[in-house]
Amino acid sequence: MAKDDNSGKDLAAADSSGVGHEGAPAGTAVVVRDAVANPGFPPHRPRVTDLDPSAERRAERTVYTLFYLSIVGSVFAIAAYMAFPIVPEDPGSVRTNNLFIGLGLTLALMAIGIGAVHWGKALMFDHEGIDERHPVRGSEETRSRAVEIFQEAGEESGIGRRTLIRNSLIGALIAFPLPAVVLFRGLGPQDDNPAALLSHTMWKKGTRLALDPTGTPIKASDITLGSAFHVIPEGLQDLEHGKLEEKGKAAVLLMRLKPEDLNELPERKGWSYDGIVAYSKICTHVGCPVALYEQQTHHLLCPCHQSQFDVSNHCEVIFGPAKRPLPQLPIAVDSEGYLIAQSDFTEPVGPSFWERH
Amino acid sequence: MSTTTTTTELVETKKSDGLTAVAANYIDERTSISTAVKELGRKIFPDHWSFLLGEVALYSFVIILLSGSFLTFFFSASMAPVQYDGSYVPLKGVEMSAAMSSSLDISFDIRGGLLMRQVHHWAALLFVAAIGLHMLRIYFTGAFRKPRELNWVIGFILFILAMAEGFTGYSLPDDLLSGNGLRIIDGMVKGIPLVGTWISYLLFGGEFPGEAIVGRLYSLHILLLPAIIVALIAMHLLFVVVHKHTQYPGAGRTNQNVVGYPVLPVYAAKAGGFFFIVFGVVMLMASLFTINPIWNYGPYDPSPVSAGTQPDWYIGFADGALRLIPPGLEFVWLDHTFSFNILIPLVSLGLFILVVLIYPFIEAWVTGDKREHHILDRPRNAPTRTAIGAAGVTFYAALWATASSDIIATHFSVTMEGVIHTMQFLTIVGPFIAFFVAKRVCLALQKKDREIVLHGYESGRIVRLPGGEYIEVHQPIDEYERWKLVSYSDYKPLMIRPNAQGKITTGQKLRAGMSRWFFEDRIEPVGSAELEQSHGDHH
Repeated sequence: MAKDDNSGKDLAAADSSGVGHEGAPAGTAVVVRDAVANPGFPPHRPRVTDLDPSAERRAERTVYTLFYLSIVGSVFAIAAYMAFPIVPEDPGSVRTNNLFIGLGLTLALMAIGIGAVHWGKALMFDHEGIDERHPVRGSEETRSRAVEIFQEAGEESGIGRRTLIRNSLIGALIAFPLPAVVLFRGLGPQDDNPAALLSHTMWKKGTRLALDPTGTPIKASDITLGSAFHVIPEGLQDLEHGKLEEKGKAAVLLMRLKPEDLNELPERKGWSYDGIVAYSKICTHVGCPVALYEQQTHHLLCPCHQSQFDVSNHCEVIFGPAKRPLPQLPIAVDSEGYLIAQSDFTEPVGPSFWERH
Repeated sequence: MSTTTTTTELVETKKSDGLTAVAANYIDERTSISTAVKELGRKIFPDHWSFLLGEVALYSFVIILLSGSFLTFFFSASMAPVQYDGSYVPLKGVEMSAAMSSSLDISFDIRGGLLMRQVHHWAALLFVAAIGLHMLRIYFTGAFRKPRELNWVIGFILFILAMAEGFTGYSLPDDLLSGNGLRIIDGMVKGIPLVGTWISYLLFGGEFPGEAIVGRLYSLHILLLPAIIVALIAMHLLFVVVHKHTQYPGAGRTNQNVVGYPVLPVYAAKAGGFFFIVFGVVMLMASLFTINPIWNYGPYDPSPVSAGTQPDWYIGFADGALRLIPPGLEFVWLDHTFSFNILIPLVSLGLFILVVLIYPFIEAWVTGDKREHHILDRPRNAPTRTAIGAAGVTFYAALWATASSDIIATHFSVTMEGVIHTMQFLTIVGPFIAFFVAKRVCLALQKKDREIVLHGYESGRIVRLPGGEYIEVHQPIDEYERWKLVSYSDYKPLMIRPNAQGKITTGQKLRAGMSRWFFEDRIEPVGSAELEQSHGDHH
């Protein structure tokens, strides 16, 4: 396809409007009748290296010096690999190892690159060449032969005539990938229903609230006014399986406000304890941990998409893309003074999903 | 590529004495490589700095393959919990996944491992950026016009795949940031009506985060996606060969020729050298600048805070779109949850992507131009296209900047709400402003071009005429420069005419409306008669 035509310097009449030589319709293009004529190629301008032999020698020196420098860079990188080993428990050694191997390789690569480009630009023959373009579509001859081939194939196979064969084949080809789709059901555990799983967390009546990540149970008396604690259910740390999955649903933020600052709904009066409230930490937008607590305003901020929740008003959304308030965990205090859950959350925590209602 | 009949004869007639000749003959008799050399060896490639953007994309992909292969030798794509026991003291004894632990080992226990990780990550960031810039170049110069529409589609799919590669790779180390990224994806997927909950459940192999996702993303990241990308790149480049490269308007260049340097030797030296320069720059960045310090973030845990964190740059626009949604857009209806706070960003980004994908076909339909176009447009000479592009860039940029709304708020001490409201305004109104400004600037530049062609450029020389009048002498520009200013394709708005049944169809009306919108304001190129006349005026 690529036909060299470097000698064809004389150009056909200028064709600025881009009318293809296949004579395709130009649409609403304006074909300028009196278009300015293409003046042809400007005279070639020689480079410094073409005119001045010392400049040419200098360019040659530069190019081979760069290639030698590249070898130096490669050798340096190998030497650096040995000279700057990683010393266990010394992060500084990682840095020098990274730096010096990297710098050696940089030199090795850059010098080849700059040398080759300089060679191409300053020393290689710099007269531009010309290729002729031909329409992308095949020639009429080729196209009619292609059509003919398809017709012959159609004739010889009888795919046009034998419609039963054709249609049953199409049906078979549509059907055969379907089992593959079914196989993908196995990507998730077989007997669970995701919507049901999402509706429950590890919290149960009587589960103690424990510190994240140590798992130490929390006494109500430990919670000072204005403080916020990251909380997990007691026993989460001892789970053999599914620790992160449970934590992703059960993580709770515990805060103590002045009781008069809480505007509690009558039906949730008993869910807090002496100004201590517990809310799900998982954002109701797309599930990031909502863990920035502003204790002056009692606002919670999600660091991912800046949804803001007002703790004094049952964590209702005051700004950002989230819609639903953070679910509240009803809490109480047991006989030893530890904070416990009264029950699981009364609604699914975290991001919304289709089956949620 | 085509005929392979007479090549053996050709080779045999050559003197076959030296080792090179013997080797060449040996290979050619088995591969017919001389045909390829004949066809491609002197193929002409036009030169322009903006043509390098696609090369940067290609080369960064090669760098990604090289560095990525090294990483696979050490990475363990498993979420099985292990106790970290490597060299990084602050995390010693911490429970984490094998993926995170092996990523830390690559960083702290394998010489040059951190370097390769950083080369891989920097090259990935560069890869997506270079594709984006390459696409902008194609768009604004009209290089997507016939016969290159399908190659635009392939390139655009490559852009999407590059982002997918980026995101899957970002998730592999299983550190706090990557886990949070997956958490957001999980939340978004769950917001899809009907199937979202199940897709999330199957994707993660149970509840989020599960123990499957890293392994699954790894298969996609190192096998499926790269294979598709390699195949599409091969097609993309094959089309470049078939179409031959476009060129900017210039004296002597026509729609029927390609002017530039031959592959052997100049283009090979420059393009080959450029690969090493790109590699060198990436290597320099990897030696000097830390990227993705997972050891600072720690292993993934659904609970800890991560304030001020940012996704890799190319995911920013999607993250920004999520942040822009005003409160309250989620409803329960017919016992099901409709999360419009997720659907609106998903659908509008989907539409945006779709419009970009099919733009070449829209423009072709509006102009009705079925000719091949190999001479690039200067952006000013297609004012409406350039203005649409400016609007698209503004829309994308506004979404992208919104991904840093919290950083903007804290750095400039402004309110979070103020930043979001400003960005909401910019996302919606900004594109219209950009469209208007860009279109006017293009038309003004076209007028300036006409002025220069007809009356020359200002020479800075002031002359006092005998009558006392002062004039500035204008110098005519030379014919080669002039050619660049007068040779462009120009379109008129479509005149609708009734069809054979004497009817004007809705499609035609729509097309005429679009055509008017595109070409109502137009500046004609200077013709030769006009040029003659202007020369007359000057004496």
